[in-house]
Amino acid sequence: MPLKIDVKDLNLFYGDKQALFNVSLGFPEFQTTALMGPSGCGKSSLLRCLNRLNDIIPNVHIQGKVLLDKEDIYAPSLDVVELRTHVGMVFQKPNPFPHSIYENVAYGPRIHTLFKDKTELDEIVEKNLARAGLWDEVKDRLHQPATRLSGGQQQRLCIARAIAVNPEVILMDEPCSALDPIATARVEELIDELRERFTIVIVTHNLQQAARVSQQTAFFHSGHLVEAGETGALFTMPQDERTQGYITGRYG
Amino acid sequence: MRSLWLERLVRYFFFLCALSAVVITIGIVVSLLGETLRFFARVSIIDFLFGLTWAPQTLPTGETSGFGAIPLFTGTALITLIAMAVALPCGTMVAIYLSEYASQTMRQIFKPVLETLAGIPTLVYGFFAVTTLGPLLRDTAEFFHLSLVSESALNAGLIMGIMILPYMSSLCEDALHSLPVALREGSMGLGATSSETILKVLLPAAFPNLMAAFLLSLSRAIGETMIVVMAAGLAANLTFNPFEAVTTVTVQIVSLLTGDQEFDNAKTLAAFGLGFVLFVLTFVLNLLALYGVKRYKRIYG
Ligand SMILES: Nc1ncnc2c1ncn2[C@@H]1O[C@H](COP(=O)(O)OP(=O)(O)O)[C@@H](O)[C@H]1O
Ligand SMILES: [Mg+2]
Repeated sequence: MPLKIDVKDLNLFYGDKQALFNVSLGFPEFQTTALMGPSGCGKSSLLRCLNRLNDIIPNVHIQGKVLLDKEDIYAPSLDVVELRTHVGMVFQKPNPFPHSIYENVAYGPRIHTLFKDKTELDEIVEKNLARAGLWDEVKDRLHQPATRLSGGQQQRLCIARAIAVNPEVILMDEPCSALDPIATARVEELIDELRERFTIVIVTHNLQQAARVSQQTAFFHSGHLVEAGETGALFTMPQDERTQGYITGRYG
Repeated sequence: MRSLWLERLVRYFFFLCALSAVVITIGIVVSLLGETLRFFARVSIIDFLFGLTWAPQTLPTGETSGFGAIPLFTGTALITLIAMAVALPCGTMVAIYLSEYASQTMRQIFKPVLETLAGIPTLVYGFFAVTTLGPLLRDTAEFFHLSLVSESALNAGLIMGIMILPYMSSLCEDALHSLPVALREGSMGLGATSSETILKVLLPAAFPNLMAAFLLSLSRAIGETMIVVMAAGLAANLTFNPFEAVTTVTVQIVSLLTGDQEFDNAKTLAAFGLGFVLFVLTFVLNLLALYGVKRYKRIYG
């Protein structure tokens, strides 16, 4: 399986404080990679390097390379705005815009002018809501405010919004941590379906979730990549005792 | 039992505090209404509300014509409009710069400066208007061969706009800055630029609070007297030309009540009439605004 994203010797600093140390990790195309590890170990920091969302935080400083389809996304000539259309993101807490359901999904296509006319935009909205498994639930109230949806529906709306700009990679930062078990199951199911078309990177604290949705898992500790490998193998035969400790619940 | 009676006492005490605020407000409205009714016993309410000529100062005592309030209200509206035309766009833009573009250091310098400026007595600004901005505007107009009286609506409106600008910017900045980071990142994460994010996500999300900031500034502008007394003047012209002199409701209330006057002559009572109409207008304005903000919040909150 070719690598969609390849991170090489990445170091990340918030001011003087180093948060990632020499991280090298490949993300195979059309697979889901889970990032795990105790809180504060740098999972979100790494994830946000992949679409350069760290750029908007002042004083962030990065060394090393992040290759997307063999191209360095930190090269000076790269267009960050375009990069983010290739690498979409879903956040920990559902963050719909204060617009209607329809306008939330239409937001990306609108700013990037991905359609010719209203009919085409309608189709884009319907298609992506359907892909996110939300169409049947909202088709009669597309023009109602998105904030009236339940938490789980909001999160699926955010997924629909992210995939509406046709990204190749989707980054998810603990996408189910604010959801109840039923909504979580729906989203996990969805993530598994999305793998057919997208390369997915998901941060999660939940071992069962990682086991259910991911093919590869990377385990982090204090800014270092401890080990990475096929999810089943990593969980049954962890090589490092820190991984073992985390998996058996000794800390984390 | 741990002093339950004390709890009850405290409770009644605070209830009385709240009650007194309400009672005082009602009392003020009632006494205002009383004087207003006495005024309307002498001057017809129709002539007052729709009359086009305001000239009570030149009237011999006992005369009851010349109480047409329309020029005062148009004057107030004109000056307020000019002030808002300055403060609304500038205030929002200052707020956008501070909350979205300024570096940490810039913010730490500018925010307190703005808040300090917002607290400067309006008299100082009025003085500035009369001595600096008035002549400057007049000279500029002369340069373009326009005639501009130095007590023009433009002059007063600009000063008033500058006066509420720090207040307005500071409130707007609070509104934008208090938005969740997730909203900003959600938009940026979809490949939106900073300006797209501001225009299409942040401003709509902050709308109820921006509206509130706008209305607070607006009521401050409408009620403002000192500046207009100094910068605008007393001429009750019925005009929408910003280059001409106009006067406002509050200025006229002041001038009607200055000097020795018996309390039952029509001139003095006219001040209460004006006050009452101003009260009703601002009350309705606030009510509408509250309703609007609440409605918006119910939809998007
Ligand atoms: N904006 C920031 N400024 C400074 N330090 C930060 C910032 N974001 C995260 N950190 C620090 O970087 C480390 C890694 O954080 P993070 O990537 O959020 O961890 P995780 O997602 O694994 O919980 C933590 O020590 C955290 O305090
Ligand atoms: Mg995190």
